[in-house]
Amino acid sequence: MSSPRPGFRHPDLPKNDLGYTRRDYEGAASTLCAGCGHDSISNAIINACYELSLEPSGIAKMSGIGCSSKTPAYFLGKSHGFNSVHGRMPSIATGANMANRDLTYIGVSGDGDTASIGMGQFVHIVRRNLNMVYIVMNNGCYGLTKGQDSATADRGSAGKKGRPNPFESIDLCELAIALGAGFVARGFSGDKEQLVPLLKAAIGHRGFALVDVISPCVTFNNTAASTKSYQWVRDHMEATSFFDFIPPRKEITTQYGKGTTQSVTLHDGGVIHLHKCDESIDVTRRRCAIDALEQHLEKGRLLTGILHINESLNDTHDILETTETRLNTLTEKDLCPGNQVLQDMMENYR
Amino acid sequence: MKLQGVNDFVIRFANVNGSGSASANALFAKSVFRLGVPVSPKNIFPSNIQGLPTWYEVRINEKGNLGRRGGYDVVVAMNGQTLKKDYEGLAPGGYFMYDSARQLPADFARDDITLIDIPLTQICNREFEDPKLSQLLKNIVYVGALTHLFDMEFSVLTDSILSQYKKKPKLGEPNIKALELGFEYAATHFQDTCKLKVKRSNQLTRHILMDGNTATALGAVYGGATVAGWYPITPSTSVIEAFDRFTGQYRRDESGKKRVAILQAEDELTALGIALGASWNGARGFTATSGPGISLMNEFLGLAYFAEIPVVLIDVQRTGPSTGMPTRTQQSDILLCAYASHGDTKHVLLFPCDPRECFEMTADAFDLAERLQTPVIIMSDLDLGMNDHICLPLEWDDTRTYDRGKVLDGNQLESLTEKWGRYLDKDGDGICYRTIPGTHPRLGSYFTRGSSHDEYAAYTEDNDTYQRIMLRLDKKWQTAKSLVPKPDIQVSDTGTGYGAVFFGTSAQASHEALETLESKGIMINTMRLRGFPFQDEVREFIDRHKTLFVIEQNRDGQMRTLLINECRIRPDKLVSITHFDGLPITAGHISDSIQQILNAQTQQGGAQ
Ligand SMILES: Cc1ncc(C[n+]2csc(CCOP(=O)(O)OP(=O)(O)O)c2C)c(N)n1
Ligand code: SF4
Ligand SMILES: [Mg+2]
Repeated sequence: MSSPRPGFRHPDLPKNDLGYTRRDYEGAASTLCAGCGHDSISNAIINACYELSLEPSGIAKMSGIGCSSKTPAYFLGKSHGFNSVHGRMPSIATGANMANRDLTYIGVSGDGDTASIGMGQFVHIVRRNLNMVYIVMNNGCYGLTKGQDSATADRGSAGKKGRPNPFESIDLCELAIALGAGFVARGFSGDKEQLVPLLKAAIGHRGFALVDVISPCVTFNNTAASTKSYQWVRDHMEATSFFDFIPPRKEITTQYGKGTTQSVTLHDGGVIHLHKCDESIDVTRRRCAIDALEQHLEKGRLLTGILHINESLNDTHDILETTETRLNTLTEKDLCPGNQVLQDMMENYR
Repeated sequence: MKLQGVNDFVIRFANVNGSGSASANALFAKSVFRLGVPVSPKNIFPSNIQGLPTWYEVRINEKGNLGRRGGYDVVVAMNGQTLKKDYEGLAPGGYFMYDSARQLPADFARDDITLIDIPLTQICNREFEDPKLSQLLKNIVYVGALTHLFDMEFSVLTDSILSQYKKKPKLGEPNIKALELGFEYAATHFQDTCKLKVKRSNQLTRHILMDGNTATALGAVYGGATVAGWYPITPSTSVIEAFDRFTGQYRRDESGKKRVAILQAEDELTALGIALGASWNGARGFTATSGPGISLMNEFLGLAYFAEIPVVLIDVQRTGPSTGMPTRTQQSDILLCAYASHGDTKHVLLFPCDPRECFEMTADAFDLAERLQTPVIIMSDLDLGMNDHICLPLEWDDTRTYDRGKVLDGNQLESLTEKWGRYLDKDGDGICYRTIPGTHPRLGSYFTRGSSHDEYAAYTEDNDTYQRIMLRLDKKWQTAKSLVPKPDIQVSDTGTGYGAVFFGTSAQASHEALETLESKGIMINTMRLRGFPFQDEVREFIDRHKTLFVIEQNRDGQMRTLLINECRIRPDKLVSITHFDGLPITAGHISDSIQQILNAQTQQGGAQ
């Protein structure tokens, strides 16, 4: 059961550009297991939105069903949220975005919610390039139904029940890149230094942004034999690059050397400076991005960071050529052609 | 004896699907309509793109009886596969028109019908060089011949063609020529052959001829729908196609961009999800589907009911179960839609009976859905949606404004003196106040969920709270009764113990059947249901009669079940008259069935 956090406000809490404190971005107290990776991701979302000085009422939180999908209740308490049904968050987000193109949509899903029951909706929202951030809290299992293997569990990985998963796993990032997503990143709930900037960059991206966050389930899948455990991820993760995300209207103060640093300007004017760890990986090229993922998989390593970015894509509204005005603000005057038009039209049916 | 008469017969066109007959047959029906004669065309088509048999049945009836009559008096037999069946089914005294390129086999030996053989293939091959055109125009040639046989005003047909090809007069020419060829051939060879006539009647000065799906789409345009998610399925597809066409024309901003978002989804779950997401976010969202789609949408309908999200859903019903007969009609989703989804759920249903009601009810549905914050389902069907029907013109009151229901804006939120709760019943009508995301920087946010919640939208597993919310939803259901359209009740005889209950596309045939019975001295009062939940009027009408015939197009008498359940009616009081072979119900079937039941009652010495 969720309860509001105590309302105590420290007068000296730091404020962001809008005058909000970090607390203004918090939600109800979490009811997840202590140590659950999902809570760390909620915190990273809070930090990202606070640091970007987003207006909380300008954000809509969307989710499906699962422990992960409960988290929108635990962050951004001043934003509207919609906890829908299992695997169907993408469709709700699509409709919501069609109605109001000006909100920032943050979707939260689980690996069961996305890679199994919601796979159909997931691949199609990628294809449509809906402008939203889609976070998968990926623990390789179904937390809420007590630990069954999910479709992202690696073959041979074993959770608390001890039986190695016999099936091939789905890499949502590779899939999304193949489907033409414009922003694909992977993070780890245990690495907020990397995760917070990833989320900020994802929010800055216009179009569909997938952030697949490995998020250990301490109760069912944090075993020595699991490839979604804290220990395994810490030991095996590598990053494509370290990067700085410079939001729009912020002054660029650091100078970077040529060659290893690549800069990508986002739609809203923000800039990402990627300092490559591996010079051979060009994340702006789709083929290269997929190769990088496959090569790391072969080596038994987990590739993280921004995996692919392409700022030149049209989002759903561009594709549908919808008006710039939010559809949910249109009135009779804009929508109803009136009786005269109707009567003229009637002549075609006589 | 040859069948004879003016403005009262049924003609059936038997064609091969994909042979271009549809527009020729429609031309014939439209011309009858333009002569002011009541006409009802019904397309009986296969689930196939090319090659299978298809029929087009046109009933012409001066008195305005436009339900399917059953049987046919004239057949234009253009399909070899069904020739025998079409021949045998023709009414005694009827007329059998066929292409004389085809030799009728020896066993076509009826002596009670009139053969009208026209060398369609020969004429077309002779007159038109392009083989494809020649094939297509065969259909127009037989229409030309019919024009003569029925003594119709030729200019009405040529005018129809001219207006159809207004933009491409070059294409109109061969059509006119084909009409003339048919007309002349019949004039020369069948001078006084046919005794059935179509004479100008001018009964239909204001009426229109339109299919229900077009009217539904216009209802969505006029009702202010801005977001549509959909997945193709017969017979609902043309709702969205028409919506797309109309919005493309009437919903552009100054720069030509669209004031609408139409998304073809990957399935019906997504289609409804899109509509729900949009409605939750303050736009008017809708989707259109048929039975299989409703089955898939069940989970979301439960969410919409429980989380109280307005949405409009158009169900153009077809023949189930499962894939059933996808291109045939039925009224068989009644129970599915009334109680869709798990747990205790009920949904508002509207039952249009003609295109005008499709238009009005669809536009109204958006108001109703937002007023009640719940799904509203329009129960159309294939017959209504895809066939042309005569009805009064659609009209819009320009002073009308959209009822957006109880939505709080920023100022209202600021001036609240008490804490706002999304699911708090302030007015005692079971309907609470909602907010749209982004309305106010600090106030009015809440968390929408399909899990149990309290009055302030917080998650709860408290049993009392859960139960309180469920009871409040039931109170809202009671409020809905005062908002859905009332039944159309006609009491012609206060003394009779008989009543008939019907809805949607069963209405035309029912009225006709009851007139027939009335002419035999059997008086039956009628109630046409227009909405669910049922109001007190429904129960009172039933209470007032001893026996009621519930007429519907499904096997199990679904509406009867719904009435028994919702109005707590003694089951033996409601007698089912069902028709479920996939074709529209006929007046004859209804009157015969009622007559039989009454005869049986008299034999048993029971009833009145
Ligand atoms: C239609 C449907 N089927 C099954 C369930 C039961 N269920 C709830 S959560 C869940 C799996 C959640 O797994 P995941 O998305 O990975 O979230 P996690 O709990 O691991 O964060 C399932 C199967 C459901 N709620 N709805
Ligand atoms: S069961 Fe696993 S996923 Fe769910 S809250 Fe507990 S640790 Fe997190
Ligand atoms: Mg999971």
